[in-house]
Amino acid sequence: MSIKVRYFASLKELIGREQDECEYQPNMTAMSVWEKSVKTQSMPNNILAAINMEYVDLQALVVDGDEVAFFPPVTGGLQ
Amino acid sequence: MIKITTSAFNPYEECQKYQIEQSHLQGKQGAASVFIGTMRDFNEGVEVKGMTLEHYPEMTEKQLTDVVQEAVEKWTLLDALVIHRVGDVYPDDSLVLVAVWSVHRGAAFDASRFIMEALKSRVPFWKQEILADNSKRWVNKNTDGYQANQKK
Repeated sequence: MSIKVRYFASLKELIGREQDECEYQPNMTAMSVWEKSVKTQSMPNNILAAINMEYVDLQALVVDGDEVAFFPPVTGGLQ
Repeated sequence: MIKITTSAFNPYEECQKYQIEQSHLQGKQGAASVFIGTMRDFNEGVEVKGMTLEHYPEMTEKQLTDVVQEAVEKWTLLDALVIHRVGDVYPDDSLVLVAVWSVHRGAAFDASRFIMEALKSRVPFWKQEILADNSKRWVNKNTDGYQANQKK
């Protein structure tokens, strides 16, 4: 199994792709999924994260097989 | 009911059709509140020719379902219908319909406002505008829903 990583909107353009597969490691957080997947790009401000379609904190733990998504604030803004 | 569509829709027809289909509303509905969001041909002081509405498909449905369920429970609504357009849209296209049915007007007014504001802040939609010179720009923030000089 692995983690499916998805990017949306302006973030997708910034990274240059819409998804990655990330090898699962114990104690992985949403942030560490970003670091392992995106590599060349530090995370812009205000990026939101979701695990399995639910908003999460970047320190939230992921489980093998999860889908982790990163995206800019939704139009309207989640402040 | 939640519907995400890539096709143009007529919110008035959709609303009427849905209301007729929901036989449980008959004799019980005392109030319906309908909100329709439409695409403007200007934003932040410049002309806008068109727009692409991107979304995160599965999460959009999930978040929208949660928002509507919260409203149904909080205001004891009889029913709710939300239709949201995605993909390429143009000025005067209907972008969103929020219709709620309740026994009394207060619940209908309040719940439709709640659904619309929650949709704006929680449901993963993003707008990319096409300007008059064909350049594109992402909409990074929306207004709070009022004109800048308007009394609230």
